[in-house]
Amino acid sequence: MFYREAGDFSTTYAEDQQTFPIKFDRYRYYVVLFIAIVVVPFFINDYWANSLLLPFLIYAIAALGLNILVGYCGQVSLGTGGFMAVGAYSCYKFMTGVDIWWGGELLFRLPEFNIFFSVIMGGLMTALVGVLFGLPSLRIKGFYLAVATLAAQFFLVWLFNRVSWFYNYSASGQINAPERDLFGVLITGPSTEPWATYLFCLFFTIVCAVIARNMTRGSAGRKWMAIRDMDIAAEIIGVNPLRAKLTAFMVSSFFVGISGALFFAVYLGAVEVGEAFGIQKSFLVLFMIIIGGLGSIFGSFAGAAFLVLLPVALKVVGVDWFGWPTDIVAHLNLVIVGGLIIVFLIAEPHGIAQLWRVAKEKLRLWPFPH
Amino acid sequence: MRRCRRLRRGWLRNERATRGCADAPPALPQLCQLADGRARCEVADELYWKDEGRGGVKDTVDSYVTADGRTIGPVVMEMKNITLRFGGVEAIKDISFDIREGEIRAIIGPNGAGKSSMLNVISGFYVPQEGEVWYKGSRRPAMKPFQVAQQGIARTFQNIALFEGMSVLDNVMTGRLTHMKTGLFAQSLWKGKAEAEEVENREVAEKIIDFLEIQAIRKTPVARLPYGLKKRVELARALAAEPSILLLDEPMAGMNVEEKEDMSRFILDVNDEFGTTIALIEHDMGVVMDLSDRVVVMDYGKKIGDGTPEEVRNNQDVIDAYLGVAHD
Repeated sequence: MFYREAGDFSTTYAEDQQTFPIKFDRYRYYVVLFIAIVVVPFFINDYWANSLLLPFLIYAIAALGLNILVGYCGQVSLGTGGFMAVGAYSCYKFMTGVDIWWGGELLFRLPEFNIFFSVIMGGLMTALVGVLFGLPSLRIKGFYLAVATLAAQFFLVWLFNRVSWFYNYSASGQINAPERDLFGVLITGPSTEPWATYLFCLFFTIVCAVIARNMTRGSAGRKWMAIRDMDIAAEIIGVNPLRAKLTAFMVSSFFVGISGALFFAVYLGAVEVGEAFGIQKSFLVLFMIIIGGLGSIFGSFAGAAFLVLLPVALKVVGVDWFGWPTDIVAHLNLVIVGGLIIVFLIAEPHGIAQLWRVAKEKLRLWPFPH
Repeated sequence: MRRCRRLRRGWLRNERATRGCADAPPALPQLCQLADGRARCEVADELYWKDEGRGGVKDTVDSYVTADGRTIGPVVMEMKNITLRFGGVEAIKDISFDIREGEIRAIIGPNGAGKSSMLNVISGFYVPQEGEVWYKGSRRPAMKPFQVAQQGIARTFQNIALFEGMSVLDNVMTGRLTHMKTGLFAQSLWKGKAEAEEVENREVAEKIIDFLEIQAIRKTPVARLPYGLKKRVELARALAAEPSILLLDEPMAGMNVEEKEDMSRFILDVNDEFGTTIALIEHDMGVVMDLSDRVVVMDYGKKIGDGTPEEVRNNQDVIDAYLGVAHD
């Protein structure tokens, strides 16, 4: 009834190409933003922040990044975990001051970066590494590229385990986020306030989402989608395939790196690379975008929300209400996720985002069938 | 001192061609400047062009006016002794022909004659083993297809090669990609440069959409469209690039008579309205003979005829190739 484009006229091309051309959508978006920025911080507590909101926001960034690569550019990647690790470790190094050694002597040590810039440096470093591992994509496609990125995953995890420079020679081999603040408010460390970490992550999520949307609706996004849909035709109409693929790898890795940095510094606080950024992380993020919807910004959020919510919801329902054993519920979670992947791949390859789109189509006509 | 040759009639492509020529006329009063910056000589009955030794630069040749009043310009693209092999198979054997500015040039021939391979050579998809491609007066070095596209050569495909996951508008906008230069950073901000560029190119795309009468399906995903419309959208995408040469690979394959008539009209309109040079491959002889200014006929990788439709129709080799010849 309210969801209509009727009476909503675009008189310029700029208006026609905005993110939410339908007025109702636009207001819904503002309301969601308002609630997320202004209302939630007042009601947030540790449980909500740590079990739901922070992982959702952080995984949403990772899913956005992977979606640009897989959903928009069609280059399958299984290296997400490894790239998140790059983000986490470079964030750590920049937080604690990068030390450069030459011939057994300390050449110099960069000053410690503010946490905000450390996270961004984490993204930039990952973008660099992503471009490097994206280079084979010009020659190999599909499954074979997936295997090549799998090599990146294992290599990077091995690297961060082996080279003690990355974890500042700590005996445990772990990296621990020291206490850091932004404008005097603690962002990392054990004694942070939930609202501060939430707002910090929310800021990055919103900025990343806006950037992703802007890129995918413009010429960069069209280049990526052209490569995805038919790479030969894309080349014939003037898209440089290497550059298009590498920019996709770059932007994607930037987002994934930021999420890795946040995951380590703000969410976990301490990280052992094989455990936190193993292959299962790569699959988790890939499942998010498959369930959420390939090639859709909204889908990245939906998928992240779904896979973060599912174990929590199952725990509440199974353990708290029905009193089932915890391990049964944990296994049930795996079964449901696996089943859903199969169902979505067969029944709705475009994921929750497509269901949402269909629902909106129907809503526009409601209450009439045609 | 460079040698200059004298040709029969026509016009000069630009002044560069006569610069440094010993026997160039002292002044070329007949030269008149066109709106797009080219110099055109309409009254002169003599023409001078620079000879660079290796076969000469053929960037100034005579132009003529067709019966229906269109001006056909000088040679814009020339294929010189192209030979293309796939292993032991010679797909194209020593073929030379040229494409003039503003003309509709057809390439015909029986199946497997090498027409599509020829088009792929032009669009840079195949690199010929021998021969040269001359474009706008200079030899084209070995290029990737996307570089050829950036030089202003657009094409459509025999089997539709649209981007199925995108809307019609987005597909047409991909045709504008060679004209869009905003960097990634500006795009991530959107407001300002990226948006301005988007709107500017959207206007061109809309002009093409309007021209090909596909406004109603602008926002429809391409995958949902019927075959005939997909062909039209593909033409729109190629046209959106504002190419100087448009290559059409069987634009009417698989169409019914009505759709063929529509498509023929669009091809003629495009040529007339935008002055686009068109090279097309087509099997429907009626269409080819009606549309094209000049026709190249290929058979088994060889050129067996070249000329106006009238000449080609009466060429004995062509008749033999199409109708078969009795072996005794």
